[in-house]
Order: sequence, then structure tokens, then C-alpha cells
Amino acid sequence: MGLDFFKQETFRDDYTFRNSPEAIRRFPFPFAEDSYMYSVNMEPHVAGPKGSVFEHMFDVDEHYLSEMRDRAMVLRDDPLRCQSLPHMTLAGWDLLELIMESKARDYPDWFELHKTGNRWTWINRPMEIEQTFTFLNESTLPHGPMEYITRQTQGDFTLQDQRDNNLWIDAGMVTTQADWSLDFDIGMGFHEWHAPVPHAHQMGVFDRALKFLLKLQLGAPVRRFNWTMTVDPILDTSPETYPKWGPSKATLTLDNIGHRQHLRVELQSLHRLPRSNAIAFPIRAYLIKFEELVTMPKWARRLHRVVRDVHPDLATYKGFLRNRDLMVQYLSQFDDGKPTSPGWWPEPE
Amino acid sequence: MSNGTARIPVTVAEVLEVNELIKRFRFVRTGGGHLPTFSGGSHVVVEMNDQGTRRLNPYSLMSDPADTSSYTISVRRDDMGRGGSLFMHRQVTPGMQMQIGPPVNLFPLDLRGRKHLMIAGGIGITPFMAMTAQLDARGERFELHYAARSRALGAYMDFLETRYGDRVHLYVDEEGQAIDLAGLLSRQPIGTHLYVCGPKPMLNWVLSTARKMGWPDGAVHSEEFLGAPVGKRFQVELAAAKKTITVEGNQSLLEAIEAAGVEAPYLCRGGACGQCETDVLHCDGHIEHNDHWLTAEQKASGTKIMTCVSRFEGKRLVVDR
Ligand code: HEM
Ligand code: FES
Repeated sequence: MGLDFFKQETFRDDYTFRNSPEAIRRFPFPFAEDSYMYSVNMEPHVAGPKGSVFEHMFDVDEHYLSEMRDRAMVLRDDPLRCQSLPHMTLAGWDLLELIMESKARDYPDWFELHKTGNRWTWINRPMEIEQTFTFLNESTLPHGPMEYITRQTQGDFTLQDQRDNNLWIDAGMVTTQADWSLDFDIGMGFHEWHAPVPHAHQMGVFDRALKFLLKLQLGAPVRRFNWTMTVDPILDTSPETYPKWGPSKATLTLDNIGHRQHLRVELQSLHRLPRSNAIAFPIRAYLIKFEELVTMPKWARRLHRVVRDVHPDLATYKGFLRNRDLMVQYLSQFDDGKPTSPGWWPEPE
Repeated sequence: MSNGTARIPVTVAEVLEVNELIKRFRFVRTGGGHLPTFSGGSHVVVEMNDQGTRRLNPYSLMSDPADTSSYTISVRRDDMGRGGSLFMHRQVTPGMQMQIGPPVNLFPLDLRGRKHLMIAGGIGITPFMAMTAQLDARGERFELHYAARSRALGAYMDFLETRYGDRVHLYVDEEGQAIDLAGLLSRQPIGTHLYVCGPKPMLNWVLSTARKMGWPDGAVHSEEFLGAPVGKRFQVELAAAKKTITVEGNQSLLEAIEAAGVEAPYLCRGGACGQCETDVLHCDGHIEHNDHWLTAEQKASGTKIMTCVSRFEGKRLVVDR
């Protein structure tokens, strides 16, 4: 695919973000059935069908350049969105290597990586970057290794150090988050940063997930979905900027909800890193407008049922309880009550 | 999901007799190419076909993590053991094709450490070979104290001394040299992390001294791989698989389960990682718990067994596999 594949669009001000019909078709719809509750939903992060968001380790889609521009603006206004405690530099190099090798292998037309010993040259054609540097030598890059590569990679990233039978969120690049703050969470352990989540602790979800992650193996990454709701296509819904995006929830109407309300899906994966023994946690956010989503009849029926029936504590935590009735009213127009097939893939009719 | 079933085909590139007890093996990827990058302290499980008995033994990677063109391990011959080390010593020759698992690290460096103080006894030196190479390359501060019975058995003493100079301190038991542990621990700067790997008495001595001197648990790291002990033959019923199997004296319960064609999870095969924990559904007899994983209460309750190292003696044992 040529470089004209990448769209120019905004996630702020005039909100020109849209999904092409192809992007809608490949959207990672997160519901495999008509209801939703938390669970230890992890599966091997193996290559999926061609064209799907699982085809490659790190999906690069039509929004790439626009998302990277938005990230640069967030960082300009608030540099604390990217932090790395001193002992995490090696994990940053591990992450840089993982991303560069994956992208150069999976998208050879767009990315190249050439190595002569520790002398590496990285070419990122879409972003017009060519950089020669010495692997594991911080002074040869314009930023630290994690910041350098995540300024060129869609999705948020956190790096967890593993010690004392726990994971510690000790580094991250977080500019497209669903209302949580790296600056607040940095240095916390697994249960501590998950403290605000309702029900899941009592269900044992976090105990089991942590136990599994502590044994996560090299070369055997896993993935899971998370989802929430966002009014207007805003990537940066952070606690720090709440005044900019929170009040818009009060301005939804039946007329504008199809265009302004977005389902926000996070494709999260977990990778053991080789040199640091840390765990990388990419959190890739995908946005889809309700009016785009309802073009897939199965998804429309299912989302209606999930939103209608989801536990109010979850709707409150995810921040859409006040608009739930409106969402249900809008989505019910697309639900004729017919049964839906298991699995999340679309069935255009 | 991660029950250690991934395998890397390797070829034995070199076998070296280091001394009368220790042999060193170098593996390259069969068909060429690099092996996975690893961190100092990692081990791999080496798969052996010992006259029809499948053995999977863990060995620390001792090569420089920066060089993934090959992996090296050292194996100490254990004449009383179940046979894994004897197989490595007697049967494994250059050119042989083998399988290993991907590297797993249960003894990682704490990268927050401002200084890394390492204490090794005997063959316990192997993880530190990789760790010191990694720390040295990053310009980190470390100090290694390495004790062996005799100079001849002190594999790698010369190598380490040449390479790291006064960052290495050697002690030869035969020559009456011993680590002044209390003195050493009292001299360490704030932010030092302590690592110890070696025979059990040494491990206990270092850990208890550190605790008595007020070292926080989080700054003290140890690794002890238990070889699965030999014992008497016993029978086990596998409830889920609906099979009754016999565990031979020189076989572990885990090996017997695998030999019966039943999939069972594991990582370390040395009683340390917890992965092979299995529910005991019925126990009429005595479980010989040989692991570091279960708590004393769990062991006493007789409701769990670690299949990689623990054994059974008695009338009837039923496990959930
Ligand atoms: C180690 C990597 C992980 C990191 C860094 C991470 C981080 C977070 C953060 C920051 C939140 C938001 C908490 C808040 O409201 O402040 C969250 C929510 C949550 N996490 Fe994780 N998490 C990780 C792994 C997992 C795993 C493996 C599970 C598996 C079950 C999980 C389940 C959840 C759930 C259910 C929520 C609530 C999300 C929602 O309803 O919107 N997390 N996580
Ligand atoms: S496999 Fe690690 S404790 Fe048994």
C-alpha cells in the first residue's frame, strides 16, 4: 500500500476523524456474545486473519499519521504523559527492538531496520524519519528509547517491572487513555493501580490475571480487549484535561448521538521483554462512531443488548450511565430482536 | 497456554570438560540463525531422550546475553541423581540434535539496584556468568564473591578474575578461605541488592545472615534449583485423564504424567515457579513435599502437590490431571 493510505484528520477542535468502510469492516468489535461482565479474558496474541487488526503484532492503520500528530501535541502541552523511572531504560530498549523488528518485518514498504552490529538504521517512510543510532546507547537518540519509538507507534504503552511477586508500572507513554493518569499511577503495583475498578477484585479477576502474568513467557504474548464510551472522537480523555471533554457528555441528543457517540475499544497485549525481564503493555485504542457501527447489523443488535443490560456499576465506572438510556433508545432502532451468532466478527446482511 | 511446550531445535556445537565434575555445552540453533535474547539469571529446559525416558532438566544460561549466536550451560555430574546429568555427561556429543525450551527468568536482576552483590557457591556460579556480563556491558556496579571446594573445582575462577579484576573475590574451601559474610554485608552502600545461588546450606546461611542484619526481603534474591529427587516407585491416579500411572524411582511425577501422554503445565521443573501446582483429590499416605512453592500450611493440608519435585508413599493418591 502506498503512503496515500494514511488520512489527515483531527481528534480535537473540528473532529474530522472518520473510519473508511474498510476500517469499519476490520474494527475490533469486542463482544463475542450479547452480554458483558469482567473476566480473565486473555488469549494468545497470535497472528489473525489477513486484513484484521490481529494480522500483525502492531497494527498500523489509516489513522497512523494523524494519531502521531495528536500525540506530539499532547506531549508538547504536558511532558509528564511520558515518564520512565531510571531502572526502566533497558526495558525501553527492549520495547524499541520489539517494535522496530515487528514493523520492519510486517510492513516492509513502510518501515526498514538495518543492523551492522550495534549500529542500527531505522527508516519510517510514512513519518519521513531516517535515524542511525547505537543500540543500547541512549546518547545516540533524540529521546529515551521508549519515548523515541512510541512517538512513532499508535497506542499507549506502559512498561511493568517485575519484582517481589508483583508488577510495577514504572514507565509509560500515555496520551490516548480512557480517563486514567500515568503521573498518578507510576510506581504502583498491579492491585493498587486497578483499585478503582468495580466488581473485578471480588471476582478474583486481578489475582488470577497477576498470577498468570508473572509467568508470562518470552515469545508467547497474550492479548485482551477492554472497552468504554467516548463522546466526540477524542483520543486524549485524561483526568488532567477532564474540563475539555467531560462536559460534552451533557450535550448529546437523539439527533447527534449517532455521529458524536463513539465506542472506544482497547486492544491490549502483554509481552515479556528479553533483556529487562519486564512486561510491555501496549494499549491500542480504536474509535468507531455509533452511526458507523450500526452499518453492521449484528454489531448493532448486540451493542444495543450489551449497553441495555450492562451492570450499572460498570456503566458508572466507564462514565456513560447518564447517557445510557439515550444510547439504548438510539441503538434499539437497529435491533429487530433476531438472534445473533456467537463470536465478534461482523455479518453484513 | 504457557505450559512450556514451545521448543527450539538446537545442535550441540561444543562439549568441554571443565573439570572432573563439570562439563560445558554450547548450543546453536539448528539450521542457523540467532537464539532468543535473554536476561541474566534465565534458565532453559533441556530435553533428553534417555533410553526411552524423556527428561527435561533446567540449566542456567551462562553465556553473555549480548551474544545470541549460541547458548552455553554447565552441567555438574550428579552420580546419585535420576540420570539427567549423567545423560548430559555420557551421551551428549558435538553435532547431536536436541530440543530446548525458550529462556525463562526466575532469578532476575533488580535493575533498581545501585550496586549488585553476588554470592556464588560451586556450580551456582552459572547464572552470575550471564549477569556479570550484562551488568558490565551497561556499566553497572557489581561485586562477585565465589566459593568452591578446591581450585580445580572452581570452574571459571580464572576467567572471571581476568575479565573483572578486583570486582571478583575468590574463596577456596580447601585452602581455608571463607567469606566474611557479616563484614561484607555490613559494608554495602544503600541501594545494594544481594543475590545468592549455590548449595542449600550456603543459601540458608546467606539468607538468614542477611535477615538478621536487617536486609529487606525485597533486596535479597536467591535461586536454588532442586534436582527432582530419586525415591521409591509409586502409583498415582490421574482423575481427569482417567488413568493410573506408575512413577519409577528415578522419574518425577511430572515426567510420568507426560510419559502417559497427558499435558501438564510447568516452567522451572525445580520446585520454584509454582506452575505445576496440582490439586490432590484423595490422599491415603504421605506426600513428600520437596518444593519451595507451597506454604507450610498448604503442605500440611495435603491438598496440593508440585509434580516436578514431590513424591508420594502410601496406599492411594488421586490428583486432578
Ligand atoms: C500489566 C498490565 C496492565 C496495566 C498497566 C493495566 C492498567 C489498567 C489501568 C490504568 C486501568 C484503569 C484503572 C482506573 O480506573 O484508574 C485498568 C482497568 C482495568 N484493567 Fe487493567 N491493566 C493491566 C492488565 C490487566 C489485565 C491482564 C487484566 C485482566 C483481566 C486487566 C483488567 C482490567 C479491567 C477489567 C479494568 C477495568 C476497565 C473498564 O471497565 O473500563 N488489566 N487497567
Ligand atoms: S514446574 Fe516450577 S514448581 Fe514445578
